[in-house]
Amino acid sequence: MMKYAYFPGCSANTTGKSFTVSTAYVAEKIGVELVEIPDWNCCGTSAAALTSPELAVALPARSLAIADRELPGLDVVAPCAGCYRSLKTSLAFARESEENRELIKKIINAPYEAKADVLTLLDVLATDEARETIAAKVQRKLRCLKVACYYGCAMVRPADVCECDNVEDPMEMDDLMELIGAEPVDWAFKTECCGAAQQMTIPVQAKPMIERIFQNAVANGADCIVTSCPLCMLNLDMREAEINRARVANGLEPFDIPCYYFTELIGLAFGADPDEVGIDIHFHPAKTLLLQRELDALELEEAENIARAEEARKKAEMAAKIAAKKAEKAAKEKAAKEAAAQAAAQPEEGKEAAE
Amino acid sequence: MSVVETNEAAAQVPENWEPKIIAFCCHWCTYTGADLAGLNRMNYPANVRVLRIPCSGRMNPQYVIEALNKGCDGVLVCGCHPGDCHYVTGNYFARRRMMIFKRLLEYEGLEPDRFQVRWISGAEAGKFRDTVMSVVEQVRALGPLNLTREIPYFELPAVPDGEEAFDAVPEEVVPEEVSA
Amino acid sequence: MSRIGVFLCYCGSNIAGTVDVEAVAEMARSLPEVVYVETNKYTCSDPGQEGVKNAIIEKGIDRVVVGACSPRMHEPTWRKLLADTPVNPYMLEVANLREQCSWVHKDREVATAKAIDLVKMAVAKVARLQPLHSIEIPVHKKALVIGGGIAGMQTALDIADAGFQVTIVERETSLGGKMVMLDKTFPTMDCSACICTPKMSEVGNHPNITVKSYSEVENVSGYIGNFEVTIREKAKFIDYNLCTGCGACETKCPAKVTNAFEQGMSQRTAIYKMFPQAVPAKPVIDAEHCLKLTTGKCGVCSKVCPTGAINYEDEDKLTTETYGAVVFATGYKLIDWKPLYPEYGGGKYEDVITGLQFERLVNASGPTEGHVLRPSDRTEPKSVVIIKCVGSRDPNKGKAYCSRACCMYSAKHAHQYLDKVPDGKCYVFYMDVRTPGKGYDEFYMNTLHDGAQYIRGRVSKIYKEGDKLICKGEDTLTSSQVTVSADMVVLETAMVPADGIDELAAKFTVGRDADSWLVEAHAKLRPVETNTAGIYLAGTCQGPKDIPDSVCQAGAAASKVIGLLNKDALQSNPQISRVNETLCQGDGACVNICPYGAISIVEKQFRENSRKVVRPVAQVNPGLCQGCGACTVTCRAGAMDLLGYTNESIMREVDALCQW
Repeated sequence: MMKYAYFPGCSANTTGKSFTVSTAYVAEKIGVELVEIPDWNCCGTSAAALTSPELAVALPARSLAIADRELPGLDVVAPCAGCYRSLKTSLAFARESEENRELIKKIINAPYEAKADVLTLLDVLATDEARETIAAKVQRKLRCLKVACYYGCAMVRPADVCECDNVEDPMEMDDLMELIGAEPVDWAFKTECCGAAQQMTIPVQAKPMIERIFQNAVANGADCIVTSCPLCMLNLDMREAEINRARVANGLEPFDIPCYYFTELIGLAFGADPDEVGIDIHFHPAKTLLLQRELDALELEEAENIARAEEARKKAEMAAKIAAKKAEKAAKEKAAKEAAAQAAAQPEEGKEAAE
Repeated sequence: MSVVETNEAAAQVPENWEPKIIAFCCHWCTYTGADLAGLNRMNYPANVRVLRIPCSGRMNPQYVIEALNKGCDGVLVCGCHPGDCHYVTGNYFARRRMMIFKRLLEYEGLEPDRFQVRWISGAEAGKFRDTVMSVVEQVRALGPLNLTREIPYFELPAVPDGEEAFDAVPEEVVPEEVSA
Repeated sequence: MSRIGVFLCYCGSNIAGTVDVEAVAEMARSLPEVVYVETNKYTCSDPGQEGVKNAIIEKGIDRVVVGACSPRMHEPTWRKLLADTPVNPYMLEVANLREQCSWVHKDREVATAKAIDLVKMAVAKVARLQPLHSIEIPVHKKALVIGGGIAGMQTALDIADAGFQVTIVERETSLGGKMVMLDKTFPTMDCSACICTPKMSEVGNHPNITVKSYSEVENVSGYIGNFEVTIREKAKFIDYNLCTGCGACETKCPAKVTNAFEQGMSQRTAIYKMFPQAVPAKPVIDAEHCLKLTTGKCGVCSKVCPTGAINYEDEDKLTTETYGAVVFATGYKLIDWKPLYPEYGGGKYEDVITGLQFERLVNASGPTEGHVLRPSDRTEPKSVVIIKCVGSRDPNKGKAYCSRACCMYSAKHAHQYLDKVPDGKCYVFYMDVRTPGKGYDEFYMNTLHDGAQYIRGRVSKIYKEGDKLICKGEDTLTSSQVTVSADMVVLETAMVPADGIDELAAKFTVGRDADSWLVEAHAKLRPVETNTAGIYLAGTCQGPKDIPDSVCQAGAAASKVIGLLNKDALQSNPQISRVNETLCQGDGACVNICPYGAISIVEKQFRENSRKVVRPVAQVNPGLCQGCGACTVTCRAGAMDLLGYTNESIMREVDALCQW
């Protein structure tokens, strides 16, 4: 039984609703218990850091302190990448020195020893135990679905805080996608910034950031983007139509590349209906591709079955031929041996006759 | 003369008293730095007499005891910066020896400022001058060292052990990984 | 009773301006054992020195104190002077009356008092000194050069031409090093092989040079003039006396191995010569990949060899020889950029190559026979991006230093590419262009005229879209982001010291800096010597360099070696540690503290209480001891003393000082 303290984050019931729904679905199926931290508060995200550096570390620390007190021994899971980075930064600050912890304790006015670790949902699902369970629970492999796994920037950077050893090319999500039968493509924008924070302020710079991500995913043969960050998801999914309008106006081919949470796809592989895991509330139409790929998978399976049958038939044919040849060879050898025995017997007879 | 009388005599600093300080300098760095101070015509008090040794690793604690016993008011030991020793590792050994020896002297009641260890490179003429000036001032403030007088009691810092012992030495004698 | 002469110098007004030299002389006359005191306007001048000599002989002086400038200035002058007199050159003490007295004090009275003290100290010390004599260290007239690249070959040739025996130890199977991999050399664009291979055969055929290829230094002991070096010659599995180098074996060998010489861009056989012009021009068997040696099946090469030179039972051979001097010419390698730069694909993209790979691509004898074809699909790249300073000048990811040669060879690469692909486009991302050198900036300017586009900025990411490599970077001159779509990217990566340099340098006690480059004795004045006497540096083992600089340094190292080998014997420094064997306990504390490995413990026989006893005592090797004195302090028994700076003499100095 895997049990964690759960930090849903502010987007959990708003823009990131499908993530919450699909996470709950997958967690229940594989027996991961997520216990919500009582009275958790906003992680502060970039807004707190702009206000005051102390606030930026104290806000997440309050929730972590509650987790330490109320849910002792449990590590904290923050599915939202933004929350994860805030919590992890605060944790790193607290673990750095006694003075830092004293400062936090003073601000939040509560005991805090920075005991619990902060994990992403990917960390939780990538453990050996979880992977084995996932593999066992898969009912329908998502074959033929080519996915570009998009981790986003917040889960890996800063590298020393996030303890990420492969900032440019992480593989946890790719491995999970392989586990449920999808085909992760090798692409270059796994951890590139999607520009979500700047879409309002400097759209001229920020729009091409989204476009580049789609561009690279398509160029490397992906059908869809799979992400683990609600902000990336919102940014990519919501603005695809806008990007496409601009592209069409410039005489370029529009993109048709839906985005999914990785938990949604795992849920589908466990046999969920798309509506059950929140795929119905995406901005960009996301169900057609899944149906198309399901069909492709069935056709592929059929073709494979035929090929297998043909292979078996050929094998049997060959085996029969080999058996026939062998029998023929054995018969010939036997005849030759008999002839030799006869030839050996004859001179003896001749010899006797001579005597 | 009774002990009490000696103490009273010592308490009065003689007129025109000047501190006597002996500086043991390694040939390759600090002695060169002292020469450079001369070339640059820097001025510093004449209370320090430099004694040249090949390396701070040559520095035998006995010399310090001899100097203090025979009437010096302070001793300064100088060498190359750790890691820069002409003889590769000599000043690492000096650093350890002098650190322990300094604690011994303090335990015996010697004021810490009377025995100092500094790393001064051949280019640091200014540092040599500043070191001489500050050591002379510190020793002047302590007054003459008369080993027959009663040493005033002063609080010794708690003696750390293990790794922490390295942090307890003066600012210059910061521990580094000793490769030898 | 000693007879001390004191010679005080006015140094014009340098000393006399602040110090009353006559008063110092007057005081000196009153000191015990001083028999003669003389003052002089300039003691170091020829008449001044003559006066000192005459006084020594007339007055029968046996110890000398000079009160003048710093001993760092003129101590060698006085020693030389004393060598011409009956006085031992080490019966000398210099009182520093100028740098540490007259120049730093203004008050005449104070300065004079200090000068008196300094002279007292010197007299006290000199009275306790003992005559010291240098010993003669024989010099083995043979040099060892480690590394057979251009620097090592040049050093060896220069030494050998001067008439001395030289051994070159080369780790690879052939001489040539990195230079022989290059295609052309800047700025004259002469073909590297055309100027390097003649040197290789010259080395191979020189009567004074022994080439030990496929060999490494195993062990070292000894000191200047007498380095005893054990060399491990790795098993070649081929008898070089029988092999004619016909190459029949190479054509038949079935094993295929990635070719390191071609930078992994082609394959070689398991029995191989590094490249066709290799010296020695004979193959070796790569034991790791040979089918016969790994699985026991095969043996094709021994069947096709017409002379029967193949010997599968061959083993490593160890030989020990004594050399008078050692030259390090171990060279460099390119930094392994792959783990450091995941944003450049970390090795994922085949068409992101290093400068050395590019050299092989444009080389007529390389894997593409000189056609610029990118490795992934062997098509001609129509646009090439060259990125400089990959790993250099980047303390966060690679090295903080500049690799010096890259600015020039990246200009050369751009030039070569545009020459071979006239309709191609070439972009060079640079931080700075540094081209100091004869004809260098002209060469760079020509490359610009060729049409290479220089963009000032770094590349932040390389990624693949279709079969194009997209380079995202910055143009700092226009403060804008640039994206260049390229067919091939060349990374001009940093130079780092060759593999194994740390272990090798430790064997010879040669210092390394933080980046493992070998450290010269003095950055400006002794650039080819090391702090270990008798060991010299040539080429890039000391730091990044181009070929002209490597050859220059090789020549300089060779001239130092020739100077050393020309001597029949060396005079040792007699100011070294001495063991009082009566006191020595033989516990070896001094052995551990000595940074030069100069002290060893030996069993010696003594007569104690009229009985013979054998006990261990320390022994100082006078060739290795540098006279630092660390052992004297560590000795619990007080058996170690440093000649010239004895405990007694320093104690007397302290005593003399305390009287002031």
